[in-house]
Amino acid sequence: MDLGRLAKDAALAAFVALILAIPLAGFDTNQPGASAGIATRWNWVAIAVAAVFVGRFVIGFLPRRRPGGRPPVVSLFLAKHQNILGWIGLGIAVVWPFLPFASQYLLDLATAVLIYIMLGWGLNVVVGLAGLLNLGYAAFYAVGAYTLALTASYWNFGFWEALPLAGLMSAIVGILLALPVLRLRGDYLAIVTLGFGEIIRIILINWQSFTYGPNGINGLPRPTFFGLPLAARAPGGGETFTQFLGIDYNQAQRYIYLYFVTLVLALLVNLFILRLRRLPVGRAWEALREDEIASRALGINPVSVKLSAFAVGALLAGFAGVFFATRQGFVSPESFNFQESATVLAIVVLGGMGSQLGIALAAIILVTLPEFGRDFAQFRMLLFGAAMVGIMIWRPRGLFSIRTPSIRLRDAKR
Amino acid sequence: MAYFLQQLINGLTLGAIYALIAIGYTMVYGIIGMINFAHGEIYMIGAFVSLITFFVLGAVGVTWVPLALVVVLVSAMFFTSAYGWTVERVAYRPLRGSFRLAPLISAIGMSIFLQNYVQLLQGAQVKSLPPVVTGGFRLMESGGFAVQLSYLQIIIVLVTIALMAGFSVMIAATPLGRAQRACEQDMTMAALLGVDVDRTISTTFLIGAALAAVAGMMVTLYYGVIDFFIGFLAGMKAFTAAVLGGIGSLPGAVLGGFLIGIIEAFWSGYFSSAYKDVAVFGVLVLVLIFRPSGLLGRPEIEKV
Amino acid sequence: MSALLQVEDLTMRFGGLLAIDRLSFAADEEKITAVIGPNGAGKTTVFNCLTGFYRPTSGSLALHREGRQLRLERMDGWRIARDAGIARTFQNIRLFAGMTVLENLVIAQHNKLMRASGWSIAGLLGMARYRSAETTALERAAAWLDRIGLVDRADHVAGTLPYGDQRRLEIARAMCTEPVLLCLDEPAAGLNPHESHELNRLLLSIRDRDRVAILLIEHDMNVVMGISDRVVVLDYGKKIADGTPNDIRVDPAVIKAYLGEPET
Repeated sequence: MDLGRLAKDAALAAFVALILAIPLAGFDTNQPGASAGIATRWNWVAIAVAAVFVGRFVIGFLPRRRPGGRPPVVSLFLAKHQNILGWIGLGIAVVWPFLPFASQYLLDLATAVLIYIMLGWGLNVVVGLAGLLNLGYAAFYAVGAYTLALTASYWNFGFWEALPLAGLMSAIVGILLALPVLRLRGDYLAIVTLGFGEIIRIILINWQSFTYGPNGINGLPRPTFFGLPLAARAPGGGETFTQFLGIDYNQAQRYIYLYFVTLVLALLVNLFILRLRRLPVGRAWEALREDEIASRALGINPVSVKLSAFAVGALLAGFAGVFFATRQGFVSPESFNFQESATVLAIVVLGGMGSQLGIALAAIILVTLPEFGRDFAQFRMLLFGAAMVGIMIWRPRGLFSIRTPSIRLRDAKR
Repeated sequence: MAYFLQQLINGLTLGAIYALIAIGYTMVYGIIGMINFAHGEIYMIGAFVSLITFFVLGAVGVTWVPLALVVVLVSAMFFTSAYGWTVERVAYRPLRGSFRLAPLISAIGMSIFLQNYVQLLQGAQVKSLPPVVTGGFRLMESGGFAVQLSYLQIIIVLVTIALMAGFSVMIAATPLGRAQRACEQDMTMAALLGVDVDRTISTTFLIGAALAAVAGMMVTLYYGVIDFFIGFLAGMKAFTAAVLGGIGSLPGAVLGGFLIGIIEAFWSGYFSSAYKDVAVFGVLVLVLIFRPSGLLGRPEIEKV
Repeated sequence: MSALLQVEDLTMRFGGLLAIDRLSFAADEEKITAVIGPNGAGKTTVFNCLTGFYRPTSGSLALHREGRQLRLERMDGWRIARDAGIARTFQNIRLFAGMTVLENLVIAQHNKLMRASGWSIAGLLGMARYRSAETTALERAAAWLDRIGLVDRADHVAGTLPYGDQRRLEIARAMCTEPVLLCLDEPAAGLNPHESHELNRLLLSIRDRDRVAILLIEHDMNVVMGISDRVVVLDYGKKIADGTPNDIRVDPAVIKAYLGEPET
């Protein structure tokens, strides 16, 4: 450990930090009043320089990343105890609404977490399993959400009628987007998906006659219990769920119901993905990610494999989008911007591409963290960005994941 | 006719700005084969540094325009290059040789980081600069519509062409340019022949960032308003320009830039400005499907 | 024996570089044909044209199968593997390094399994038709594991295998696609003499037991001379000799290409 050398590196880094900090940190254009006003903040520059010096020094003590080295202890632990942890998680999820501290707020938060877990799993099919970088995932769940909103608005569809339709619409849009561009290399595909995400948003904002534009659509239908609404009064004067049971209505019941419906769907999604991974289509996704050229040499059609990954990813996004919309009660184009796509991508990258459990953990962390304070919420995207860079450098397989094979030799003895 | 001419002038000016950014994309792609997603944010930083430098000059009382322009240009190029250099060192260099998606994700992460970094430091509101370079020519008048060509527009286009010419000469004739071309063709071989690959790559990023800084300065002067989000859209369009012209080709990037600028201006002028971004994106998709090597590029053959 | 693969006037140009110049040769059914030549002679380029990674500038590549003739120069790479039944290995091993040995062998049987899974619907529902196809695939994989001696490492990650084992696995994976022609790009590269000997045995058993034709690029003369039925020699993209190993051994053009003219 050459401290002298480390100090020199840290000093160099601090010097660069000084240059970077001078224009943007040293000066402040935020002053109210005349827009030509500018103030100085040299203390911020000093803090930045010092932080970089210390940080660089400390990083020098961390072990160098070795590709192919032993996976981190946390990942090994999680992989080994995957099943137990999964059941424990499910157990907690089932009793969550009945825990003593459960409030409407926590219930709603848990529903949001479940939705983002589903979105993470869906994007994982495209990015983690098939290795295709999709930067516009928000567009797909926007299609799902808007299918609910528009069918409800124009044709009076309820939640359950719209749900399968939303999945279908989203899958169709996914296939239409993917078809022309699937032959492209990874970088280009990524940019095209990024553009597509923006285009969908722009269309939603501008096609006002159809989508109601930037104001969005509210009053979205909520899931019913076999046709009985969870509300104080049934619209159209029918019976409500609580009237049917002969108990009093309490708003929390609506939250609990939505939470359980979301939980059930999330479980179905999980089972679906786990099953797909064991089928030839899932294995082909992973083979394509590992080595497209070798896959082609084995007779695998890369276009149809990529298409299937996109379609499944979009389908799942469509379903999640319906829940996304109904939880908020309204949709607007601004809910589906690049920041949303980036958040879901961050969940997949941090959690570990390909790992169901890892992604669930990452979603829990990333969705609940901003709730711990206004300040934190401000720094959220900044940290996501930094974390994505950091994860790629230090833990490219994600914080929590390790790959488990989709088939073992003992399966042949069945 | 007059309206057409105005759109053409506006388009060329806009195109010059895109061209400057596109050169950065194409040079980086040529040498390390990846899209620098954070490049749009570098351009945005260039714009902010320019704005801040103008304010500082104003605050210390420098009002002679030519001096101010030169100082801002140097300042923007200097600080923005530092950012470009740092991005490469921090987010890309450690990932050379990593799996395919790693540098892409890192680039996206860097892009998100830089956007929010500027937003946090300078606020989310739009910043405006009072007009610095004013005046121009009135070219012709027809049907009550006057075609204006401002001094600023002329400056922007001329600066772009000058920079492009300068860099073409540099690539063709100087040792750095030769090193760059060598690295583009075969990095391992270049290293074996004594080319300092790391330094060549760093310099490429520096130059790309410097050009993006010029673009940022131009955009600040031209539109007078900037915000932390301009990098995102401009980056995508400049990337489209680089692809249209032929990724890896410097003249291609410039040609593509001007073409995209013109397409955007005409679409806005004659159809609808709400969907102008969709139009540019459409160009990207069409080029990638039908002629991925672009107008001036050579088709890539994959080596197995 | 009839010609399985007929290459006629194959030409490949990369911009100004002529990599292959009017090459013609044939590979017979159930025979081992070796393609040799100094480095840069164009051997891997021939393979890439045969397996659809390059589109030949001109010439024809005809595969005769079940009375039909398939023109490879017009087909996509993956189609060549699937419909023509041509499998290949690569100069720099291209295993799915992050997946297990067994998974590598099962993926090779993708197309059959995909059909049996009925667009995954039958698979999702756990229908018997898919389950039995999966069992068959596993059995085929297990048989190959046995032949290449990797049964006890079936669930090991492929990237962790020693080099020689990885080479053998790549060959076994190619064989799991049930090809009629196996194209091997320098399978003996980096193998020690014992391993090369084992490789010879494996390739001969593939020819004799599995009745699969082999087209082989190789520099290791023990392998080439030891097992080839026929040898084609390339130099600067042109064929300079074509015959049995014994013919080639004494051919003056071949000697000149490899060793140069004797100094006088």
